[in-house]
Amino acid sequence: MGNYITFPDLLIWLPILAGIICFSVGKEKAAKSIAILFSLMILGVSISTLFFTNEVKYLMYNNVNYLWLKYLGANYYIGLDPLGRMLTLLTAIAFPMVFISTSISSKPKPASFYGLMMLTQAGLMGVFMALDALSFYFFWELALVPVYFLSSIWGGEKRIQATFKFFVYTFAGSLLMLIGIIYVYLHTGARSFEDGTLAAHSFSLSSFYNAQLTAVEQNGLFALFFVAFAIKMPIFPFHTWQPDAYDQSPTPVTMVLSGIMVKMGLFGVMRWLIPVFPMATIHFKNIVIVLSIVGVVYASCIAMMQDNIKKLIAYSSIAHIGLMCASLFAMNQISIQGVLLQMFNHGINIIGMWIVVEIIENKTGIKKISALGGLANTAPVLTIFMVIISLANIALPLTNAFTGEFLMFSGLYNYNKWFAAVAGLGIILSAVYTLNMIQKVFYGSVHHTTAETTDITWNQKLVLTIIVVIIFFVGIYPQPLIELTKGAVDNMMISIK
Amino acid sequence: MNAIILSAIWGVVMMFSGVFIKSKTIPKYLAIFGLTLVFIANATEFVSHQSFFRFGISDMLKTDNFNLVFIAIALGCTLIYFLLSGSEIEKVGEHVGEYFALIFFILCGVSLAATFNTLLMLFIGIEIISIPLYILTGSDKRNLKSNEAALKYFLMGAFSTGILLMGIAFVYGGNPNASFYIDQIQLGHGEMPVLISIGLLFILVSLSFKVSAAPFHFWTPDVYDGAPTVFTSFMSTIVKVAGFFAFIRLFEHAFGSIHDQWQTLIVIITVTTLLIGNITAVFQQSVKRMLAYSSIAQAGFMMLAIFALNDKAKEGLLLYSAAYSLATIGIFGVLTKMQDYTIDGFNGLAKSNPFLALATTICLLSLTGVPLTAGFQSKFFMLMAAIENGHHIWLAIVAVIFAAISAYYYFRIIQAMYFKDAASGQPTTGEISKGFQLMLGLIVILIIVIGVYPEIVIGWLYH
Repeated sequence: MGNYITFPDLLIWLPILAGIICFSVGKEKAAKSIAILFSLMILGVSISTLFFTNEVKYLMYNNVNYLWLKYLGANYYIGLDPLGRMLTLLTAIAFPMVFISTSISSKPKPASFYGLMMLTQAGLMGVFMALDALSFYFFWELALVPVYFLSSIWGGEKRIQATFKFFVYTFAGSLLMLIGIIYVYLHTGARSFEDGTLAAHSFSLSSFYNAQLTAVEQNGLFALFFVAFAIKMPIFPFHTWQPDAYDQSPTPVTMVLSGIMVKMGLFGVMRWLIPVFPMATIHFKNIVIVLSIVGVVYASCIAMMQDNIKKLIAYSSIAHIGLMCASLFAMNQISIQGVLLQMFNHGINIIGMWIVVEIIENKTGIKKISALGGLANTAPVLTIFMVIISLANIALPLTNAFTGEFLMFSGLYNYNKWFAAVAGLGIILSAVYTLNMIQKVFYGSVHHTTAETTDITWNQKLVLTIIVVIIFFVGIYPQPLIELTKGAVDNMMISIK
Repeated sequence: MNAIILSAIWGVVMMFSGVFIKSKTIPKYLAIFGLTLVFIANATEFVSHQSFFRFGISDMLKTDNFNLVFIAIALGCTLIYFLLSGSEIEKVGEHVGEYFALIFFILCGVSLAATFNTLLMLFIGIEIISIPLYILTGSDKRNLKSNEAALKYFLMGAFSTGILLMGIAFVYGGNPNASFYIDQIQLGHGEMPVLISIGLLFILVSLSFKVSAAPFHFWTPDVYDGAPTVFTSFMSTIVKVAGFFAFIRLFEHAFGSIHDQWQTLIVIITVTTLLIGNITAVFQQSVKRMLAYSSIAQAGFMMLAIFALNDKAKEGLLLYSAAYSLATIGIFGVLTKMQDYTIDGFNGLAKSNPFLALATTICLLSLTGVPLTAGFQSKFFMLMAAIENGHHIWLAIVAVIFAAISAYYYFRIIQAMYFKDAASGQPTTGEISKGFQLMLGLIVILIIVIGVYPEIVIGWLYH
């Protein structure tokens, strides 16, 4: 395409550039400032993409398409569409918040930490923008490798086993998806290039949508792709890597994992699974919904019994993602709209939760719920923030998650009453464990472990304030977010038909 | 043609260099110089399609783009290997010139095995590769393990050579054309003649032995472990992929038309090789032995090319030979510098020498098959070939599951280097020269360049 710089270019190359600079400066302060500066620039770019949504008029600004492997028909093809725009925005919001609110100054080699974080961001951006299956696969894996190193170097005590389990799970899943990609690719039509060469097949998204596949083939391929996405989300019974990985990773990485990386799975389902295999989706959707709902109830029950605050949030995340996956496969306009809203909201809320947990862990050095108590007396501001974020997490009206979950539930209800009823248990249980956690950690008598704690610092206050503002803004006035994602819903509905 | 004759001549030159040159370092430079010449000669043959030498060999050897590119890869990898580990070869023993001479003879055999057009040339090629290898394996004369490995290798290798010869005799006898030319073997319609199927089986067994595919792999760990590490590096990479080239060339041209009749055998061999190679590698404590099993595991992936036998398979084999050789040469290069060959010996390498650790990591990621490395592209092409073949799609699924398992043992080294601390007091590595680091950097760059743009290798096929 043209000779000018496009949005996708900026969103990929700015983080890579920042990552390289961070690696080379070597000092923590400098690396952190560079990471914050660049991530804010990326946020700026991402926000400005919201004003260039007209697909025809701004085609050139929103797409990058280079010939990559000529004999195979693979392009380096990335571009922004409504779905990608929303998720890149979420990614762009998350990273500066993570950088500002957390600190890893007590750990070794902090500069490499920021470098790897920026590279992760580049990978994530690429996943959300890829419009070519091979580019997608590349970015999908590239987002994984830096996270492996981040968690393994800077994580908790049992980090090596936990993160390796995470790596092998997702690596096996994505290799299965690779087989699926190759199989679909071999059933796509021929394509010609501008210079006259002809490739027998093509990796582009549109030719994947038009691949000639029988119902039986679709079923097999659906399974291959779904395993990869289900592991990433994670959906019961592919979730066993997740609580350990969340618990053992350093909190900034956990924020990225739970806030954004799990969305890769949902995103994959929306962009690569349902539209490519519509027949198989109809064939399998009840099974997927049942698995997801089993996951919701199962994860909620385990969350109630958890004494480790990080694992509690990890399991609550499994429950929320399960609900999103179930409503995604209900496949009506309302439920999909709900999922899109909730993808954004869940990302914001869970990052808020992790920030609070990180603060508690930093101050007291404890993540056991039973060993904490009475934080409201010593850290009142923190308590207020946590209560608001937790209420958003259980989807109280006026908070952002309410709009999303309301739409998801009405969509699921339209699809099948019983599914909605059982999934509704998840909401009730989430209130139980979240409020229980709040009560035990923040109220009650002051425990000797919390007696010395001080309240939060200005940077944490700033980030938490922004999160709370987003929570209320989207909760009261969700229209802008709905407008942003409406195009994605329409695309989904068209592809299902 | 150029590569065959020039490398043989330069082998003789190297042999006599030992007589006239007493210095231990000069043979290395002589070898590098000679290899560059051979490489250039091969390149000119590729460009002009004409050899410097014309003999009345009546088509017993045949060159095309495919095997010339392969010879270029083999020569190029050997050149990198000389530059990276040449100084280690000097340390093996007294007769430095002879080691290089033997490697040049092997290269002559590699070129023969890649360009043969008759079964006789195949046999000669394989033998020219094997015999110098027996000597190299035993070159550490005072080391019992090296002696044992050489003897074992020689006995088993001679036995498998006999089987190969017997297979060739059967195929010749069963062929109504009474011809050794690989494209003139009459396979009959429908059922294969009995003599030919016995011959095919024998040849299959013998070639599987040469590429160390299970269940004919038992010599591999002991020989690779016993041989001096520098020579293990050479024989587990360039020699092995040359075996695969002979394999695919023979089975494509001679038996390609009855592909469906022997494909099941290949499926069995592939699955066993993947299974045994990967599972056994998981339990190894010595990196050298682990790499021996990993080379069996990688052979399982390369068997997919012979299973698929299509254009993608040939492209994939080219990529695989480059990717696998580069990464393995890199890791063996690092291994020769280590004080301790166990996985624990790598502990804390990231702290004491970050560059070495990074290069090793990228080589290991390439062997695992992570995107942006050459290893991914080669695995990707192999899988594509296997799926395009249309039969036994499950084989591709089995292959990727084992690829995921292989992450376990490759990552153990990464974990040791980055996440564990060295035992205090002892240096983990020997002295590391600037030139070594430079070559390692070159290997890393090549791995990444091929990983991003594999057409830099396979594009030559359509030149």
